Amino acid sequence: MIEIQNLTKTFGTGAEAFTALSEVSVTIRQNEFFTLLGPSGCGKTTLLRTIAGFVDPTSGTMTLDGADVLASPPYVRPVNTVFQNYALFPHMTVAENIGFGLEMQDRPKAEIKQTVGEMLELVQMTPLANRATSEISGGQQQRVALARALAPRPKVLLLDEPLSALDFKLRKEMQIELKRLQSETGITFVFVTHDQEEALTMSDRIAVMNEGQILQIGGPKEIYDHPAERFVADFIGETNFLEAELVSVDGEVAETRLPSGKTISTRAASGRAGAGKVTVAVRPEHALLEPPGALIDGKLENIVYFGTDTHYHVMLDGGARFVVRRQNQPDAVEAYTIGDAVGVSFNPGVGQVLRD
Amino acid sequence: MARSRSFDVRRQAGFPAVAITCFILLYLPIILLVVYSFNAGKSIAIWEGFSLQWYVSAWENEKVQDATIRSLIIATCASVIATSAAVMAALATTRSPKFKGYSVVFAMINQPLMIPEIVTAVALLIFFAMIKVATGYTGLWYLILAHSAFCIPFAYMPIRARLQGMDLNLEQAGADLYGTPWRVFRRITLPQLWPGVLAGAMLAFVISLDDVVITEFVKSAGQDTLPTYMLGQLRRVITPEVNAISTVLLAISVALVIAFYLLTKSGKPKQGDVQ
Ligand SMILES: Nc1ncnc2c1ncn2[C@@H]1O[C@H](COP(=O)(O)OP(=O)(O)OP(=O)(O)O)[C@@H](O)[C@H]1O
Ligand SMILES: [Mg+2]
Repeated sequence: MIEIQNLTKTFGTGAEAFTALSEVSVTIRQNEFFTLLGPSGCGKTTLLRTIAGFVDPTSGTMTLDGADVLASPPYVRPVNTVFQNYALFPHMTVAENIGFGLEMQDRPKAEIKQTVGEMLELVQMTPLANRATSEISGGQQQRVALARALAPRPKVLLLDEPLSALDFKLRKEMQIELKRLQSETGITFVFVTHDQEEALTMSDRIAVMNEGQILQIGGPKEIYDHPAERFVADFIGETNFLEAELVSVDGEVAETRLPSGKTISTRAASGRAGAGKVTVAVRPEHALLEPPGALIDGKLENIVYFGTDTHYHVMLDGGARFVVRRQNQPDAVEAYTIGDAVGVSFNPGVGQVLRD
Repeated sequence: MARSRSFDVRRQAGFPAVAITCFILLYLPIILLVVYSFNAGKSIAIWEGFSLQWYVSAWENEKVQDATIRSLIIATCASVIATSAAVMAALATTRSPKFKGYSVVFAMINQPLMIPEIVTAVALLIFFAMIKVATGYTGLWYLILAHSAFCIPFAYMPIRARLQGMDLNLEQAGADLYGTPWRVFRRITLPQLWPGVLAGAMLAFVISLDDVVITEFVKSAGQDTLPTYMLGQLRRVITPEVNAISTVLLAISVALVIAFYLLTKSGKPKQGDVQ
């Protein structure tokens, strides 16, 4: 669908030059909900605007359905954008906004009217069709922006943090609505967010970005369970990092020796070779709290109750901190107290050897 | 030392007296001018009762009619030309990436505000004289072009202010939705720019209507505008007819300036004011 190869964008020249995208390569598939996730300033918007045609990349290639589109101006690309601030036309009504793209494509009047009607129906805005865009709520504006971008049936819909201005409840509703729209229309969605939970719940695949680079691309489960880099592991969810020694690698299975001297089999990105110091990432909920004598021993420093689960903060014997998260059972009696000598363990295959 | 918490110029000694003097100097002559335009007598200083005779006499004066029509033609043409040029200049200075020599261009657009008018007038006189000799053309276009030139900065300012206040995302959204640059300009930019364009055109119109110096230097024989006609009259007998004409000009200017104020005040374009 969209093939991006070695895309680089440098703003400015000389001493003021700033590389917002560096050697980005990604393939976005037909009818996919693809999310760009990363912290503020990592280049998400720049990548999205490059796809839309508002940013001229410094180097690299991009094809859409096999055709090179980098030379085409925005108004010929079959790509529509839902802008972060919606950018609804203030001098037009809701219906006129939605019909604008079709009008610019010189579609027949009757067809425009019909499509606008369908779109209003789709985003449940029919009763407000003739309102001015300043006279509707933020959530309604968001839906109009969505309908306006969907009306011309683009091949790709770009969404730049479209939910960030909404309150929690509306946000949850719109997340479900977006997923529904995507499956109903069959259009490829490229969605930008810096909210990891939003990315995990909505996406078919996620690209995690930092400092102008894509660090990892994969399904939500793969990204969460098997982060390839420290940044990815840290940015998405909570993670424990353990210093370890790589003993041997066999495909994706890596034997690592922990500071306690015990060895455990972990996962490593394929192609990871040799021996040496590595970092192993373990999710708090994938680890178990046990009596001393487990994989790694330590001292219980703190117990934090969260309602659905409890976090146990353990000071490991090597000096590192480790958090174990355990789901709460009704009326369970807390077996540990702060200060206890405890052990931490996790099952083979749970730990992930990071790339760095 | 006791100090009032906030400095308020209005409480300084002598401020009210200065302020009142300024207002009297500004407005008393104008009020007198208007009052004496209704004088029944021939004097502009001795009140002899109320009458509209000087308005009637001005209305029936063929020279006044002639000068009025000429003034309106020049002001209309000049404001249209100046506004079109100002729209383009404003688009170039707000919508394209900052280019080299940007501030030079900016200064050049505003040149008429900075160079003494008399200098421009003399320069135009000499320049147009050369063209008149070369071409033999002595029509109204010299005045229209000269007026257009010095009206540009006045038309430019409100338009530029309006463009700068506009959301760039809207134009990008237009392009994203398959609008070619021209159609985006027509359908997105212009409708929102409209109050600024109108305000600029009106300001240009008033400025052109009001000009004496450049007109006096550039006009050929028999090309009086209202202000230069009045100037000519003042050298002869002064009758309240001049007051009457001035009052009408004043009324037009005030009306346009109020409209300008209202247009630039309304921050957002009204819903549905286009289409
Ligand atoms: N026109 C520009 N000129 C110079 N630098 C720019 C320009 N546009 C973006 N940048 C820089 O490029 C970097 C990436 O910007 P971008 O808008 O893509 O970030 P983002 O990931 O969308 O961030 P956010 O989550 O805050 O929206 C930023 O450091 C920004 O300052
Ligand atoms: Mg952004």
